[in-house]
Order: sequence, then C-alpha cells, then structure tokens
Amino acid sequence: MRPSFRTWGPPLLLLSPSIVLLGIFVYVLIGTNIGVSLGDRHSLQPAENFVGLDNYIALLTEERFLHSLANLGIFILFFVAGTMAFGFLWAFLLDKGARAEGVFRSVYLFPMAISFIASGVVWRWLLNSAEGDRASGLNRIFESMGLGFLQNSWWNEPGWGMAAIALPAVWQLAGYVMALFLSGFRGFPAELRDAARIDGASEWKIYRHVIFPQLSPFALAALIIVAHMSLKVFDLIMAITKPIYQTEVPATYLWIALTSNDYAKAATIATILLLLVSVFIVPYLVHTIRRERINP
Amino acid sequence: MNSRILAAVAAAAAAVLALTGCSSAGSGSDPNNPNQLEAFTWWASGSEKVGLDALIGVFGTQYPGIEFINASVAGGAGSNAKAALASRLEADNPPDTFQAHAGAELDDYIEAGQLQDLSSFYEEAGLTDVFPTSLISQLTVDGKIYSVPSNIHRANVVWVNTSVLEAAGIDSTTAPETMDAWIEDLQKLKDSGVESPLALGTEWTQMQLFENCLIADLGPEGYNALWTGAMAWDGPQVTKAVDHYGQLLEFVNSDYSGLDWDAATQIVIDGNAGYNVMGDWAEAAFSQAGLTYGEEYTTFPTPGTQGVFDFLADSFTLPVGAPHEQAAKDWLRTISSAEGQKAFNLAKGSIPARTDAVATDYPAYQQTAIASFGEDTIVSSLAHGAAARVAWSSAIASAIGKFGGDRHPEALINALVQAADDAAE
Repeated sequence: MRPSFRTWGPPLLLLSPSIVLLGIFVYVLIGTNIGVSLGDRHSLQPAENFVGLDNYIALLTEERFLHSLANLGIFILFFVAGTMAFGFLWAFLLDKGARAEGVFRSVYLFPMAISFIASGVVWRWLLNSAEGDRASGLNRIFESMGLGFLQNSWWNEPGWGMAAIALPAVWQLAGYVMALFLSGFRGFPAELRDAARIDGASEWKIYRHVIFPQLSPFALAALIIVAHMSLKVFDLIMAITKPIYQTEVPATYLWIALTSNDYAKAATIATILLLLVSVFIVPYLVHTIRRERINP
Repeated sequence: MNSRILAAVAAAAAAVLALTGCSSAGSGSDPNNPNQLEAFTWWASGSEKVGLDALIGVFGTQYPGIEFINASVAGGAGSNAKAALASRLEADNPPDTFQAHAGAELDDYIEAGQLQDLSSFYEEAGLTDVFPTSLISQLTVDGKIYSVPSNIHRANVVWVNTSVLEAAGIDSTTAPETMDAWIEDLQKLKDSGVESPLALGTEWTQMQLFENCLIADLGPEGYNALWTGAMAWDGPQVTKAVDHYGQLLEFVNSDYSGLDWDAATQIVIDGNAGYNVMGDWAEAAFSQAGLTYGEEYTTFPTPGTQGVFDFLADSFTLPVGAPHEQAAKDWLRTISSAEGQKAFNLAKGSIPARTDAVATDYPAYQQTAIASFGEDTIVSSLAHGAAARVAWSSAIASAIGKFGGDRHPEALINALVQAADDAAE
C-alpha cells in the first residue's frame, strides 16, 4: 500500500519553496564557500588549482589568525559569563517579587531592541580610553565623581582589553537571558512550591533543590543562543574599534580578507567559523531530537 | 478538495518566489541609450559630495546631452563601495567608470583584466604634457596607464599648532631638518608639560606615520625600491625607520587606536598636542576651526622628507565592458580638464594633478602644496593604496597595529618581510 500522491503531495508542495530557498541560499552557498576555501583564489582572478587543506593549514599556523581566535575566546568568556550571570540574577530577583516588575522587565529587555551598530557607536564614545583632561565617556564620569583611579584604557589594553568589548554585549543581551530564565521560573507549577513548603523546606531549599534543577533546559538554551551569537560578533567591533589588529576576531579578519580580494582566505575563515558554531549547535540539536523521541 | 486548495496555494507560492528571483535590480542604466553615464564613487557626503556635485556641474556644461547616473555607495571610507563594486565586476555588470585610489590599489583589477588601457586616451587628451612626469611614471603599469586622477593629496605633512610650540620655546617658523632633530623637539615639548606632543589616530594613521619614517630614512629611491622588490625589508635603513617610528610612539596620545584621523587632528587644534602627521585633508579641519594658516597653525613636510611629495590620488577608470564607453571617455575628459579639476579641488580641498593650474586660485596651504607638487620627487603613499596592492597593505597595517601593542621591532620587521614575500608570490 503506497501512500497516494494526495497524502504526501500537498505538504511537500507547500514546503518546497522553503526547501528550495534553504537549499540554494544556505546549503549550496555553504558548499560553494567550502569549494572556494579549497582552491587558490587569492585575487580577483578565478582559482587555478585545487590546493586541498593548504589554506586551512596556513591559517591555523598564522600568528594573526591565532591572535584573532584568542581575542574571540576572551570575548566569549566574558560575554557568556556576564549575560548568564546577570540574566539569572535579574530573573531571580524579579521572581522573588520585585515591585514594578513590568517596568524592570522592560528596562532590562529594551537594550535588545537596539542594533549592535547603533549601540556600538555610543559605546565607542563611552569606552574612550583617554584619561585626565581629555577623558570622555565612562572615564569622564569616573573623573567627575572623584573615582579617577577607576579610569582605564578599556579595549585599548592589548590582550584582556577584549573584555571591555563584552561589556556592551552583556548590557544588550542579559535582558534576553533574563526573559528566558523568567519564563522558566514562571512555567513552574505553584503546587510544587506549595508541596515543598508543606514538607517544611525553607525558601532557599525550594530554589536549590526544586526550582534550579528544572531550569537546566532553559540555561542550556540560553547558553547555546548566547554562545553562538558571540562567535559571530562582528558589528559591535566594527562600530566600537573599527577593524583593527588589536581587537581582531575571525569575523572582522574575514571582512578584511574579503575586501583585500583574498577570496580563498575569507572562505577558509568562514568555514572555520561555521565549524566553531556547529560545535555548539550540533550537540544541542542532537539533544533536542533525542528528547523529542523519548517524549513526543 | 482540501488538499487541492492546499496544492494550488503551494504552487502559487512557489511561482511567486521563482518570479521574484528573476527580476533584476534595475539601476537606471540602459545599455541601449548612448547618452547615459553611470559613475560609481564613494563620494556620498561632506566635502567629497560637494566636489562630486561640482564635477557633475562641469560635466553638464561640457557634455549637455548626457544623463549622469550617480551610483555612489556611502560608508566605511570606501570599503562598502569597494565590496559592492567587486560583486558588480564579478557579475560582469560594470559601471561606466568607477572611482579608485590611483596606483597599486588597481593592480588586482588590472590583473583580472577588468580595466581598459587608457594610454591612448592620455595622448589624445594631451594629459602626458600637463601631468608631472614622475606622476605618470607612478601611474604606469607595464607601460600602460589605467586611470585618470581627478585630484592629488599629500600624505607627508606635519600640522603644527604654533602657540603650543612657542610656549615650549620652539621656533615654529623653521622646520626640523631630520627625524632626530624632530624627536628632540618632541622631547622638549614633553619636558615642558605637554603630555602627548604628537597626535595619532587609528591603524591607517599609524601606517601613514610609519610610511613617513620609511621615506625619511630610505629616501625616495629606497622607498620606491621597497615596492618593486629591489630593496629588502630587513635592511639597516628599514630597521632605522622602525626605530624612529618606535621613538615617535613614545610621544603620542595613549588613546590613539580608538581615534579617527579627525579626532586626532582635533587634539592639535585644541592645543593639547603640538604636531600631527596627516594628509592635507586636515586643512579643512583647521580652517573650519577658524585658525589662520601661518599664524595659529602651520605645516611642513615631515622632517627628513623635504623635497618629496608623498602622493595619493582619487582617479577614475574605464572598465572592460562598460556599457557607455564614449560617455565614460567624455567623463574622463571632464575630470582631467583644467576646468573640471579646478571646480572639484576647490570644493574638496585637494590640489589638481595638472601642472598648468593657477596657484593663486587656491587657498594658502594648497598654494604651498601646488608648488611642491610641481618641483618635488613624487612617491606613492602606502596608507592610501598607491604604493602596494590591497592585500599587501592590509598585511602591513595589521603588523603596524600589532607593533602598537607589543613594541617589538624584530617582530615588526619579520612581519614586513613576510608580507613582502606573500605579495611577491
């Protein structure tokens, strides 16, 4: 008994536009990109030879690319830790019953409505590293509050300066993580808390042993979303520092390679970024699919 | 019944998508209409837009029958425009003419066979006689010329706040002769309490300062030889230039990597620094601040580079397959004509490439630049795409940016050698 066209035809036809679009604009382009990264197209002229993994080896042994990876690592560390910590803290406080909860929820969520480029322009000024008479932005605020010793060079510091770039990113996305956690707290049936209370659990114990363990799917989702966003960081750096060596991450390096007509190198960086993102995404997808199989 | 409706809807949706995919992004340029000209630039704001409008005005009077289609792309100091242009050239859909920095920045296009040789145009329009010979030789690649400059800028100029210098007892009317003498003056300024005597900005301004050191320590012949491969990057003179550059960095503002050129120049205008090495577009910033040339501020060629004119130029090209080739040649005739160059350069604040320009038509600073352009040795600027192809100068920029953080001279020289080797491949 083969199912007739009437059963599978219409759904397939309905899906076909998105399948075709996804196929061309995602998978074919990924394939093309990988193809370019395996060739020697280092100029406007077409590639002449297939060079295998040469571009990858060259890039992964290049001091400049390793530097951009290190910068990205510092950024991810501070960005992920910052958004998760603040997001959780705010959600926890709001869940405990803060006054004017709606106001705070909006205040924390609003920064997300601004594009990274727009907020980057403002933070470029806020994070200006001039000190003393010429200080502006945060350094000026510290200076005028008599906290001059807090003035620092922000992202201008080689190395750990990347942590300063994470500051605006945390400011923008911690509210989003808060919303995720808050929905976790709120999706939690009140009866469970009541039951724990009847059993004599203290308020802290309820959180520690009943609520927090149930939050782990939300924490995982937040972590995946924030981590893969941080890998793609580009606009924020373009706006705050412009594409310069000191704050270079793979995505801005890719842009520089592309605008200097080195297509093979740009494609190689893009493929490496894709692999890095999939390190986060693939286990998450596997995890979700498995869970859906167990309890559909 | 239901599924039929579904199928119909799905088919319709698929058809719509297919149709929208086919429609072209009509730019207004019609290849069948010979009286059109589509010019691609990144002159979309500020004095550059004023200059372009002035050029369009002259073009309109010289060639009244031709419709000008302005295909300018804003943003990113031209990098957005270059990315857009690359995709148009890749798709065999070139504009009739596009703006590009004159010099090695064009090499990629030339090697890809995307530009037409304009040597015969130079002969026909008489440009070989009115452009300086050393400029022509900088523009020539394998005996051919591929672009027509509309304006000239100079990149080896020190902008000086005279009152800051005088407060420290330094005579601002005579320029230091050598790099070392200049560094002594910087030290004097610092000792007198000026915290950062030399104003500096983001990566390309650092590269510009470094190229000034290279010209000072190698001389024009040595500097030119760096780009042809005749001079090694690890020789004693480059080492000396790196050393000078490192010494200069000791005198700059600590926040330099976060400042655009205009913010760095503003430090000098505000009297918080004595000097700034900047291209001569800084002139507009000083005059807009209400300062008078020769009194509140002055300029001199970067010490050690006297008699050298470190040039960069905007230029226009004729791409292979330009739909309106005749109109594009008319445009090139306009931008290289005495009238066109005068209208554009007065608006933009640069100087004309023609040596028959009347200097007195221009403001005080430009008059000095016109005089030097006529008599100095002309070399190509690195920071502005004239000296090295894009990938090479981007590798140098990154090495300079790294040096700003670690101040490691050997690492910088190694990176410079590596960049030159990569470029020679």
